[in-house]
Amino acid sequence: MQEALHFRSIEAEPVSSAEFVEEARLLRRSPDASRGLSLTIRGLRKSFGSNEVLSGIDLHIPAGQFVAIVGRSGCGKSTLLRLIAGLETIDAGTISFGEEVRPQDLRVMFQEPRLLPWARVLSNVEVGLGRDRKSPDAQARAEKALTEVGLAEKRNDWPAVLSGGQKQRVALARALVSDPRVLAFDEPLGALDALTRISMQRLLERVWNDQTFTAILVTHDVAEAVALADRVLVIEDGKIAHDIDVAIRRPRQRGSADLAALEGSILRELLRGDDRVET
Amino acid sequence: MSLIDSLPRIRSLRVPRADGLIPWIVPLGIVLVWQAACSAGLVPTRVLPAPSDVVLAGWKLLLSGELERNIWVSFWRASTGFVIGGGIGFAFGLANGLSQLSSKLTDTTLQMVRNVPHLALIPLVILWFGIDETAKLFLVALGVFFPIYLNTLHGIRTVDPQLIEMGRIYGMTDGELFRRVIFPGALPSIFVGIRFALGIMWLTLIVAETIAASSGLGYMAMQAREFMLIDVVVLSILIYALLGKVADSASRALERLTLSWHPAYRKD
Repeated sequence: MQEALHFRSIEAEPVSSAEFVEEARLLRRSPDASRGLSLTIRGLRKSFGSNEVLSGIDLHIPAGQFVAIVGRSGCGKSTLLRLIAGLETIDAGTISFGEEVRPQDLRVMFQEPRLLPWARVLSNVEVGLGRDRKSPDAQARAEKALTEVGLAEKRNDWPAVLSGGQKQRVALARALVSDPRVLAFDEPLGALDALTRISMQRLLERVWNDQTFTAILVTHDVAEAVALADRVLVIEDGKIAHDIDVAIRRPRQRGSADLAALEGSILRELLRGDDRVET
Repeated sequence: MSLIDSLPRIRSLRVPRADGLIPWIVPLGIVLVWQAACSAGLVPTRVLPAPSDVVLAGWKLLLSGELERNIWVSFWRASTGFVIGGGIGFAFGLANGLSQLSSKLTDTTLQMVRNVPHLALIPLVILWFGIDETAKLFLVALGVFFPIYLNTLHGIRTVDPQLIEMGRIYGMTDGELFRRVIFPGALPSIFVGIRFALGIMWLTLIVAETIAASSGLGYMAMQAREFMLIDVVVLSILIYALLGKVADSASRALERLTLSWHPAYRKD
């Protein structure tokens, strides 16, 4: 197997690379094949009252990359995502995309599906078109997005009759329908059961692969992060503590030794503080 | 689309089902016992006339045209007052739910007025408007105003903020946000207000018509009392009950039509 991992640390002390499976590196998709946007963050800070949540984030995400952000709860990972998505105001620093972004280029998917309960599945997807909602091909585009997530036959149902996983798939279709170039996921699978999660993860990977947007996934599930992402960022105390390349060939085998080893070492990193307290 | 989808449901309402008859067992039973008690002479007809006498009195009034005229007058007063008071209440509810400034400016005043029982204003209203139509409309409108105002306000304030954030992210304008997120979200609460208001509407009208009127069901009942026509008095009361039920059913039907997305309103 020609699979490998790269691990590099920005600010915190590096984890010894021996802890990671060390193999040759795979060539990633060339950036110009992607229609995603690249993203550059410089000196980003954010405080809520006296509580500094992000204290200086520097980050570059190439176009089309799948980045996962992990960390303990309250580490600021969701805040970083909300700042990227423009849902919070920046205190200091800059977030810039490679080129000018239109609102529909940037979409967010939340932990809750946030579907309109009084709109049928198809019109919920049409919401995602933004200003293009009134264009004549709106319905056709919404239907295409629904087909993409495998829910075409549910188009006339109320959201209330769907299962949790189906609601999230509708939310995904709504996010995809405007052909976004950056898609931000805020723990989108956090509320789903284990099996539904895995099939949703496959779906996310598939649409990312097909549509080649830049994906930013915030998750507390390290296994999910290493299964999906090209690169895992570990955030601790408002800073990027580790920046890990996951150069394992896709499609990835869930539960494979490589993924498990990488997951184990990231978890060890995250839990190091706990051990210190205990001993 | 929602109208088309709800058509089969309306059709199914027309088909009488055994289930639909259950609520009528108790009222029907009461009428039967009542008739039996009167026929057997257990209840003197001067205290309570038999249902058959009430029906007969109704038939006579119907033939003379008096009954339809009075029902129509009462119905017109009730609905006009409801539309005026409900409309103003809805408008204030919207304004205060959507605008901080408007809420700060008017909510305290409205809450103070709310605590005055509107029927306590009858003497004042008679002095202002006489026993004209305006007096009745004013009282009904005032009574209907508060339940609709309060529930519209509550409905708008409790719309899921996550949905509003979603709407903004997806580029909805303020108008679209209101039409597609805020108003539908507030609708269940608005309907609660409407049903409360319908009850208050009849109550206010009965009181107003018995005290100060020269037509309408309440007036008909008061006239009948003067002439000791107890069957007509009972008839008016029964018609009020029936009209109340009709108003309630109408609002339920409207709820079912507009809230068909809501799990609580999907099929009984």
